[in-house]
Amino acid sequence: MSYLVQGKKGEQRLFMGNEAIARGALEAGISVAAGYPGTPSSEIIENLAKVSKERHLYVEWSVNEKVALEVAAAASFAGLRALCVMKQNGVNVASDFLLHLAGSGTRAGLVLVPCDDPGALSSVNEGESRHFARLVEIPLLEPGNFQEAKEMVRYAFTLSEELRTLVMVRSVTRLSHASGNVTLGELPPTGSKAYFKHDGFILDQMEGAVISSPVEYKHTLQQERVQKAAELFEESPFNTYCGPPDPEVLLITSSACNLYSKEAVRLLQAESRVGILKMGTTWPLPPRFVERHLRMADTILIVEEVLPFLEESVKILAAELAPTIGVKTFYGKRDGTIPATGEMNPDRVVQGLARVLGIDYQPVSESYAQKALESAFFGAPERDLTFCPGCPHRASFWSIHNALQLDHRQGFVCGDIGCYSLAMRPTGYETLKTLHAMGSGTGVASGFGMLREFGLDQPVLAVSGDSTFFHAVMPALANAAHHGANITVVVLDNSGTAMTGFQPHPGLTVDAAGKAVQALDIRRICEAMGVEVRQCDPFDLAATQAALLELISSRQGPNVLILKQLCALSPERKGKRRFNMHIVETICMGENCGCNRLCTRVFKCPGLIWDKVKKVSRIDDVICAGCGVCASICPAGAIQKEAV
Amino acid sequence: MNGSMTALAADPYNMIITGVGGQGNVLASRLLGNMLMAQGLNITIGETFGASQRGGSVMSHLRASTFNDLSPQIPKGRAHLIVSLEPTEALRVLKDYGSEQVHVLCNMRPIHAIAVISGEAQYPEAEQLKGWITDLSHTAWFLNATETAMEMGNPIFTNIILVGALSATGVLPLDRDIFEATITRMVPSDKIAKNLEAFDRGKELIES
Repeated sequence: MSYLVQGKKGEQRLFMGNEAIARGALEAGISVAAGYPGTPSSEIIENLAKVSKERHLYVEWSVNEKVALEVAAAASFAGLRALCVMKQNGVNVASDFLLHLAGSGTRAGLVLVPCDDPGALSSVNEGESRHFARLVEIPLLEPGNFQEAKEMVRYAFTLSEELRTLVMVRSVTRLSHASGNVTLGELPPTGSKAYFKHDGFILDQMEGAVISSPVEYKHTLQQERVQKAAELFEESPFNTYCGPPDPEVLLITSSACNLYSKEAVRLLQAESRVGILKMGTTWPLPPRFVERHLRMADTILIVEEVLPFLEESVKILAAELAPTIGVKTFYGKRDGTIPATGEMNPDRVVQGLARVLGIDYQPVSESYAQKALESAFFGAPERDLTFCPGCPHRASFWSIHNALQLDHRQGFVCGDIGCYSLAMRPTGYETLKTLHAMGSGTGVASGFGMLREFGLDQPVLAVSGDSTFFHAVMPALANAAHHGANITVVVLDNSGTAMTGFQPHPGLTVDAAGKAVQALDIRRICEAMGVEVRQCDPFDLAATQAALLELISSRQGPNVLILKQLCALSPERKGKRRFNMHIVETICMGENCGCNRLCTRVFKCPGLIWDKVKKVSRIDDVICAGCGVCASICPAGAIQKEAV
Repeated sequence: MNGSMTALAADPYNMIITGVGGQGNVLASRLLGNMLMAQGLNITIGETFGASQRGGSVMSHLRASTFNDLSPQIPKGRAHLIVSLEPTEALRVLKDYGSEQVHVLCNMRPIHAIAVISGEAQYPEAEQLKGWITDLSHTAWFLNATETAMEMGNPIFTNIILVGALSATGVLPLDRDIFEATITRMVPSDKIAKNLEAFDRGKELIES
């Protein structure tokens, strides 16, 4: 049994924020959960999938976030509580349906949890989902610690049913992927029944058809719901004030910044000077509650991440209330006291708060700081991210890079989102030249592929992972095929959503809960679009490069090369070597070889080491995964492989 | 285990477990967190996951306290203990979080950064690294946990060996019984004996 459902009410657990969110959904009695994997959100669905049998849940990894929201919404329409989970980018994908869903309203509780990634720790942007709550007019909650992450999700279902609208609970990396003590609540009985009533009066939200028209009427209802939410939030226990009754500075914050702010006040020993107003209900703001606190001080500091979302809402209220509460001085992102990009942390808050309070703060002595900086400069060489040892993508990009060099026409690759985005970096031979949203590699390539009549004669390639293929590449490839774009799409099929922890996708034979399901064949899908398809093992460098050269020379519309090889971290491959690798020191000529250390200087697999003393390459036995690819690149034949 | 609050040298007590992606850093922080939570402490752990399998530096911030509102990121210069699975990572963490008071437990097995493998950067000598780390800490312990793990048959035990070693340093209340109770909940039953062996081997590395 998963520890997520073990233990009685009142017991404490060390839960990751994502586990707390999953537990909150279980305590709320959900029946359905859907999402698309993306760091930092993935563990919510993963944990729910693990308990799906014993808690009688339907849990799926959907093909993309829009579909995930549609799946969850269907459960709500049929009277079942449902959770939908995604990372910040996902809300963009889901936003088309989201706008309509906010208009049509919901029935049983429906909660959307986006996990934002301030600082882009595992993203290629630090977009914010909070603005979608304001944009589509639905309530927004932001948990300020781990216990709240659980409680708020549970409450969000009640709120959703009270207002008959979708409710958004926004997490961030430092809540989702951080852990803390959480006190368990009760798990309700399971066994809900689904029934979709659709033949009632058209304007009856619980019995009629679910639709967002008549638009103006429904839009009015939507705004009334937001008004009502603001009323309910006036009494919300998630909004708290901590500090003296007449602080010199009122610090207003939300989410993980609540924890940084408390830490900053403690570090500056400013407990008697600063009061912290922590908002858990950040859209819409409860006006009277905020007014009461704005009256406490004339200097206001707003701490949040990333954009000044809360800051703007508070300022609107303060402007409206100015005749009664007077003029306030605001510090925050708009005046640069708090940075408006990147992740917050206690130090950044200390810096801003110290400035407002006029305090000088030094974390360590100057001499220690200087000594530590120098030692790290000389002693800790920077660590660039790299493909894992044994990763099929290193081999794939080695071949793509080489084929483009051999072709001589300045061909390029439109990149995409996944582990293989790393090919932007030297460790992937800087092969990717554009990188945007999921599926955009093929979409952008499709555009480049139509520019021949404007003189673009460079080979155009796109890369796609297998999960990404189903998520958003299929429509882009359909577009390329239909219009005859001259491109080569390389599908890097490593049989899983490796970037986020190996979640299943439609190309695999199991679903999130481990049940056998129908697998969709990428090759046959491409062929059905009338596209020429080849398949290679990327570990076979020669065959892969030959196929690539042939495909990029062809000028007849799009073609596809599937490079299929299991991820080195997949359960089937992990820890199992195909080859024992060794280097024959007498054959390796190192710097004196014509290759000038091709294996370590250019190929750059972390399983190889350059032995400075012996002037030969070495295999690092702790790191080498035994894929055998480096044996194929050594021109001297010094790297040898022996089948295990 | 009563009186655990007084067993901590500071409140909050701030630990950083650092290493390179794939070294088992996250498991070690969860294990230590659960061992300390079992003694009635509030635990906050902050982890950087994104690069966890991809060769980047990985750090877990682990805080034990009577407070329950700690930031998952330790403020600059405020670490009391650094456990490092790789020596250059210890230096990197000392730069931001170290102070004259910090204790360091450091595994000496190098993992070469890509820039080192390619020849653009130099990896320092072990003795030089020990000198810098010693100079930047109150107390530093160095050990070859990876080699010990390989003697046991698998480098995967490196992190457990370090937890065992940490218990022997006496800087935190981490005894074998608590380790056994905690690891029993965290790993399949057929793996418990090997983990206990790793813990004991780690203890011996400090005690001998």
